[in-house]
This record gives sequence, structure tokens and C-alpha cells, in this order.
Amino acid sequence: MSPRAAKALEPSQTPADLIRNFCIIAHIDHGKSTLADRMLQLTGIVSDREMRAQYLDRMDIERERGITIKSQAVRLPWELEGQAFALNMIDTPGHVDFTYEVSRSLAACEGAVLLVDAAQGIEAQTLANLYLALENDLEIIPVLNKIDLPAAQPEKYAEELANLIGGDPDDCLRVSGKTGAGVAELMDLIVKRVPAPTGDSDAPARAMIFDSVYDSYRGVVTYVRMIDGSLKPRENIQMMSTRAVHELLEIGVISPEPIATKGLGVGEVGYLITGVKDVRQSKVGDTVTTKTKPASAPLKGYAEPKPMVFSGIYPIDGSDYPDLREALDKLRLSDASLVYEPETSAALGFGFRCGFLGLLHLEIITERLEREFGLALIATSPSVVYHVRKDDGTELVVTNPSEYPDGKIAEVEEPMVKATILAPKDYVGTIMELCQTKRGTMMDMQYLGEDRVQIRYRLPLAEIVFDFFDQLKSKTQGYASLDYEDDGFTVGDLVRVDLLLQGERVDAFSAIVHKDKAYAHGVRIAGKLRELIPRQQFEVPIQAAVGARVIARETIRAIRKDVLAKCYGGDITRKRKLLEKQKEGKKRMKMVGRVEVPQEAFIAALSSDDSKAAKK
Amino acid sequence: MPGALPVGAPWPKDNQLNRAPGTRSFHAYVHVPFCEVRCGYCDFNTYTAKELGGVSQATFHQHLISEIAFSKKVLGEMPALSSVFIGGGTPSLFTAEQIGAVLESLGESFGLASDCEVTLEANPESTTEEYLGEIVEVGITRVSMGVQSFDSQVLQTLDRQHDPERVAPLITEAKELGLVTSVDLIYGAPGETLNSWSKTLSEALALGTDHVSAYSLIVEPGTKLARQIATGEIGPTSEDLNAEMYEHATQRLEGASLEWYEVSNWGKPSEHNSAYWKSQNWWGYGPGAHSHIDGNRFWNHKHPTSYQKALSDGAPAAGIERLTDRQMLEEQLLLMLRTEWGVERELFAKLEVPPELVAQEIAAGNLELSGADCIRVSRKGRLIVDGLVVKFLSH
Repeated sequence: MSPRAAKALEPSQTPADLIRNFCIIAHIDHGKSTLADRMLQLTGIVSDREMRAQYLDRMDIERERGITIKSQAVRLPWELEGQAFALNMIDTPGHVDFTYEVSRSLAACEGAVLLVDAAQGIEAQTLANLYLALENDLEIIPVLNKIDLPAAQPEKYAEELANLIGGDPDDCLRVSGKTGAGVAELMDLIVKRVPAPTGDSDAPARAMIFDSVYDSYRGVVTYVRMIDGSLKPRENIQMMSTRAVHELLEIGVISPEPIATKGLGVGEVGYLITGVKDVRQSKVGDTVTTKTKPASAPLKGYAEPKPMVFSGIYPIDGSDYPDLREALDKLRLSDASLVYEPETSAALGFGFRCGFLGLLHLEIITERLEREFGLALIATSPSVVYHVRKDDGTELVVTNPSEYPDGKIAEVEEPMVKATILAPKDYVGTIMELCQTKRGTMMDMQYLGEDRVQIRYRLPLAEIVFDFFDQLKSKTQGYASLDYEDDGFTVGDLVRVDLLLQGERVDAFSAIVHKDKAYAHGVRIAGKLRELIPRQQFEVPIQAAVGARVIARETIRAIRKDVLAKCYGGDITRKRKLLEKQKEGKKRMKMVGRVEVPQEAFIAALSSDDSKAAKK
Repeated sequence: MPGALPVGAPWPKDNQLNRAPGTRSFHAYVHVPFCEVRCGYCDFNTYTAKELGGVSQATFHQHLISEIAFSKKVLGEMPALSSVFIGGGTPSLFTAEQIGAVLESLGESFGLASDCEVTLEANPESTTEEYLGEIVEVGITRVSMGVQSFDSQVLQTLDRQHDPERVAPLITEAKELGLVTSVDLIYGAPGETLNSWSKTLSEALALGTDHVSAYSLIVEPGTKLARQIATGEIGPTSEDLNAEMYEHATQRLEGASLEWYEVSNWGKPSEHNSAYWKSQNWWGYGPGAHSHIDGNRFWNHKHPTSYQKALSDGAPAAGIERLTDRQMLEEQLLLMLRTEWGVERELFAKLEVPPELVAQEIAAGNLELSGADCIRVSRKGRLIVDGLVVKFLSH
């Protein structure tokens, strides 16, 4: 064992049997990024001086929220018994919304480190990813992290892990990403246990695109895993799905900053730059080959992720519409799951109906659009897909509640999910109660160990996309974890609830809800809007209605006073600063008819009070 | 504790201001940062004896005088002072000799115009008839009495110490001495009813002063009152009730021939207050005082101790900002729209405010034309004038 290979292997000249490709599967907060930090330091590719926490999380949002959104592939040199190896670590996100990114990363690896918090045990999301790893025939290395914590119970959770994947509890490695304990042993174990990639180095080149990001200086940067053959700079490469040919301007590896190389050989992981600016020309899941010696068959692609949640995204300032389109085009390059098409709203003007994998995904995309592209946006209340059959037999697919037809509906189907919840047994009652209120049907329940339970429910997706996860967390003091999968469509008794401001329906506030919940929904949203919409110069009546029937009403009284009595002894500066702040606030208001509605009203109106309290 | 100062650029080392040309009149504000007790609602820059730490009230005027010398060095020739306002704090804690020394120094440095308005803020509890006689001797021409309310319950909520009975004899004496008189009132204290406010107005009007200021109580963060409201010890304030109180005051004061001229001011316009709205030039002397000289706004160190030190080290200013042309225009709208003088129509064009927006507010009765070239706020619009300005400027 050595901290760093005496001589790092040269990319493109590395025999496949000296390469190990692995990823780390972990639940959010289980310390994956910290462990990755230690690996970067231990292998010497990041000096102590350059080190910063969560080194690989590039986006501001990632660091702030402590979550990984984009995959990263880093080449690490390592030496075992005098032999140098090249290890490629492919970082993966851990949130339920981003399962598709995990699948892509897994397909580029031969092994997976299953990282579990020694104080918390395995979580539902990790189970789901473990399942994916097993399906991909990956070698699994079970590891318990955070053994430095006083609350750590490595024995207990080693037992749990051994029950899940077989093997001896003692084979479960114990590490601490924080102190670095056990990390070197883990590196050795990866070399020993993870199989070397196999592939035909003489065959025509085939590289799998597993991620693709837009860089404003360099254009599209495409991350690939070489399966067969090799690629070299200045070669003409071809995308197998589109047949488009590009010149390879740069090829290299990430370690952990990009380093140009003389190429990539079988089993290697790295990046390609072709100067392509159009984001759709480098599709995740596509196969890259060469023009002169093209491969005959593409690699098996990834399943295209299906959007589960839809929301309308509109610029507050209508003239930003072209910028929004461009920004979405750019984001889509690195996020194959983001789908969008133009739509128009009577209240909000021109925008896009966007499909997301879940609510976190929606939040992250809107945050990135605002932050990275400087746009001020409104996201309308999220909706799922409904299949509507009208009396005359015509069928509609509705992703926007305002398109839900009035009357004459024979049948509506809504999407369902199978949810798996893991929690300590004390919370079973609470969880069941929550699932019942969300129109869930229990499928089964089983004990995982002495005190942990796995509960499975069938639930309407619409009930869980908004704040189910937040509520689940707050009702179980954060102990429960959730994973869910698509489970087809079921007929439901649904109605559209509209919101009217000054008697005018605001399409962006319409929602489709279960008939029994329409009244409560109407009352709650009308009340929320009364709180969120500031008082205007005139009175604003708010009504909630199902069809022509008004089910709730509130009034925002006209503002009577909006002036500061005093200027503090000539401190005009203070008054002007206040004005400047108010001007900023005003810019985040959308005019709906004559009424100024703040940005947050569009989405905050939909979250329940419970979840709001829990976030605080 | 007093509210924070703005963040600005450092004061220029060469003491030279980059001045925009103009024909502005010149005014002086003098800050006396002492109070016997701090009132619960107050976030002004003032200190009780035990908060002062080594600053002597008896010799404090000497620091003000050295700042006057400093300002003379910075400003050079200026028009004679059109007004002087001695505020605080509790300026009536200064002896007449101290006040006289400060005024003398201002006169020697810049000259006082023949009709110069020289106001002293006074509190009923620290003022006597004899004292009024003494300050007239040293040059005070106007007295502004901090009455706040005639309702003892309201005075208690505000932590004010004085007996409302003391006010009338003091005003009578001031008038006899030939002083221009004003009273400051505060409405909207927690628990105050419209009825109580109406009684306070009656008592104030009975004094027959030349001028009345009526301010709605602002609960400033960090004050004792804000804490008391946060803990529920004192009930909350209501902006809607405040609006009603304002409208009531408007009727009563204007009914008594005190003409409105600024959001919170009625009667014979104060030369000094008007200077603020009209962006004239003024130098603020004393800790935390703000100045405006030809497009430069600057402010002094806040605590008397750090003020004294900064002054003796060279310059008392803690920060300065140089206004852009656009900022000057925005300020003009922000400040002048508060007044009966209003703004010239062309200001809206200079600020690129769409004429439709202005027309809308005229149609809604919030603004009115005053002559063909001037726009001012209507009686109805006075209460929402800040909102109107934000609307015009955030377009």
C-alpha cells in the first residue's frame, strides 16, 4: 500500500487489467462526498492546500445543499504491491429524484462501494440503488462510514448489510471519511475486488456517453466510458444515433481538474470536447465511434427517464422569453430528463411546460435557471399527468390543470406509485396515518431487523409530489426514508379547483385534486394567497371554485398606508436604500390582471403548513 | 440601541469633496446626543449618562465647535446659513451658554442670514420658563416641543417622563418671548384609540402653535418597544388604525388653518425641514449626524467617543457616498413628492416613468396637477406616496 502510485499510469497507454472503475452508492448525508474528498487527498491529486470540502461538487447549489446533482468521474492513481493502477471513481447523486443519473453512472462501472452511515443503517434510496447495481452485475463492496461518531453501531449495521447482500458481517469495511481511517484499506480492496474492464482494444471504437455538461468557455463537455477500441485527438468521431460527425478537439481525463491526454483506451473513463455548441448533439446514452472505422452496432442505451411532475416556467419579464429558451436548451444538455415545450398562459404570458423527475428536481432546475442564467422566473404549481376520457370518447393527456376539460368527463386516470418506506418500528402508526390521508393503500410490511420496518404503499403520485417527503421526515424526526417507483394509472374521482382574483380565473393557480379534498384545498389556497399577496391600492377578492360553484372566498383589503412618517434627521441615504430594496422586491412581482402577485405565491401556495414548519 | 449607519466609501484623505454645481441654500444641523433616560420607542442616536463612557456633557459643545472649524476648512465660502436646527437627543440639556457658543461659532464661520430660522428641540421635562428666556438671548428663534401626546397612558407606553400639564405654560411663555412655536406629536402607540388621539389633537390645537408635526409611531427593530411587542407585553400596532388617525389629524389640523406642506407636517413651513426635502446643502454636526453637500451625502461616527476620536484624528465622517445623476433625480421624486410643492412634470420624463402610470394615479385620485407643469400628491395619495414612488421607479 502506498499513498500514491510512484509513477501514475498514462491515460491511453494503460492496459485494461490495471484499470478499476467504481462508483459509490450512498444515501444523502451518509458521507459520500467527504469520503471522496479523502480519496482525492490520499492519492495526492489534490494537495492539502487546495483541498476544500465537497471538492467534486462543482455547482454552488450542490455545496450549499450538501447534495450531488451531477455525476463526476475522477481518475485516481493507486499502487498495490508495487503495481500501479488507475482507479476511476464515478460520483453519483443520492436523492430519490435522480435515480436515472445513478443508473447511468452504474453502467460505466464494474464495482460499487455501498456506503452506509454506521449510525443510521441502510435507507430506502440506497436499497433501490443497490438493486440497480446488482442488476448491472457490479461487484459490491459494503462499507460502514462515520465510525468516528459516538452514536455509530457498526456491528449492528454490518449484520444488516450482510443479511442484505450475503457474506460475513466482518467483511464489511469500517471507515471514517472525516478522519480518513480505513480509506487506504478501501482503496486496496477496490483494486483487489473490482474486476478489470473487459473490451476489445482492436475492435472499432465504442464509447458510452454517461454525462454531458455545457461549459460556457469550451462548449459541450461529454463524459464517456470507453468500451471497445480507442479514441485519439484530432480524430473524426461519429455519434451513432444521429450519424453526426465532429472533430475531436480535445480528449482527456479528470484528475480532478481536466487534463488533456493522447487518447482513451479500453476501459478508460474521460471527457471529449468537439467544439459542439448545440446541446442536443451530445446525447446521454448515445455511443461514440470513429468515422473512419465505425462500429456496426451501438451499445445498449439507457432507459430515457420519464418526467413525473410538470410545471409551467415563465419569465417574470416577458422579454426574457428567448433567454429562458436558451437557458433550458443549455440545461438540457447535461440533464436528459428535463423536457419542455412552449405553452401560453392567460395570466403569465409565454413560457414553457416542463417535465421533472420530482419536486427537488424542479426546485433545482428553477434555482439554476435563476442563478446561472440570471433569470427571474415563476414556476406554477406542480402537476402530474392525467389521462382524461370525455363523454364523446375522445381521450386527452393533461399535464397542465388549466387544460383539464370542463364537464362531460367520462373517466380520469391518475398515475400511481409503489412507495417503499423504511423507518424505526415506533413510527409505523404515524407513517400509516400519513399514507392513509394521502389516499394510500398498504401493500405489505416487513421487519428488516429487530427495530426497523419496511412498509410498502400504493399511492397516487399527485399526493406525494408536493410535500409528502417533507411531512414524512418531520413526522418521523428524520428517521424515515422513501423510495418510489412508477405503478401505472388508476381511475380516480378528480375535479379541477380554480382560483379567481377579482373574479378572473388565474390559470396558473388551477389544480386537479380528489373530489373529497377539493373544499379543503380551496380554503387553504385562498387563505395562503391572502397571506402571500401584498395589499394593493384596491380590494382584491379571492375565490376558489369547482366549475361555477364557489367553495371558498377571502378578501385582501386595500392598503391604507404606505409611507414612512419620518426622515431620520437628514439621513436620506437610509430612505433611498429602503427604496432600492423595495424596487428589487417589486421586480419579483408578476402582474396578474391588475394584481401584483409575488413569485413565491405560485409555488408556496401549494405546500402545506406542516412542511413549511419542518423546513425551518 | 440606535439603528445602524449606512455603508459608504471612506472620507477623502485630502478633505476635498467632488461637488456638483448648483445654487443651493446652506443649513446646519447640530446633534446633541444626550438624554436623561432613553425612551422605549426611540432608536435615535442618543445616550444616557451611564452609556457615555468618559464623554462629558458639560464640555461637549467644544467638540461641535471644532467640527465647525473643520467644516469651514472643507467648504470654504458658503452662502450665509438660512437655518440652524439643534436636535437630539435632548438639546435642552445643553445650557444656554453652550448653545450660544455653538451659534456664535457658526456665525463667525459662515454667517447667519438675517432671517435665519434657529430651532431648538426641547422636552417639557427639561425646560423651564427661565430657560426659554435665556435661549432667546443667545439667538434661538424657534422652539419645537417634544410633546408626543397628552394621554398619560400613551406617554407611559412610550416611556416619556413628562407631565402633559407642563406643556401649555411653556408654549405660552415661548410665544410671549416672540419664538416661533411647534409641537411634535406621535400617534399609533399600542393601545391608543382614535378617541384618545382626537383629545391629544384638541389639546395641541388649543396651544395655538405656528406648526405641528404628527408622526406615526414606527416600531424600530432593536428598541425596547420592539422587544415588548415581540414578547406580547405590549400589544401590536395597527397600520389601518394609523391610517385613520392620520386622516383624522389631516381634518383637524387643516380645519384649524394649519396648512399641510409635508406628509407629517402642518403650519408655517419649517425652513430647516424643507431644506431636507429640497435637497439643499446642510452640514450635520455631532455624532451620527448626516450631511448633504452638492451631491455628497456623508455621516459622522455614531458613538460620541468614536466621534470625538475621529474628529481629533482628522475627520469625523464615518462614510460618504457620491450620488449619481440618476440617484439625485430619484431622490428628488422620493422627497419632493412628499410635499405640497410636488415635482415638475419633466422629472417623470427624465426618470423614464411611462406617462400612463402617472395618468393612472391621477385618475385614481392619488396625484393631482398643480398648474400645468407640476404634479403633486393629493390628500388621498399622501398616505401611500412611498408606494407610488416605488411603482414609478421599479418600472
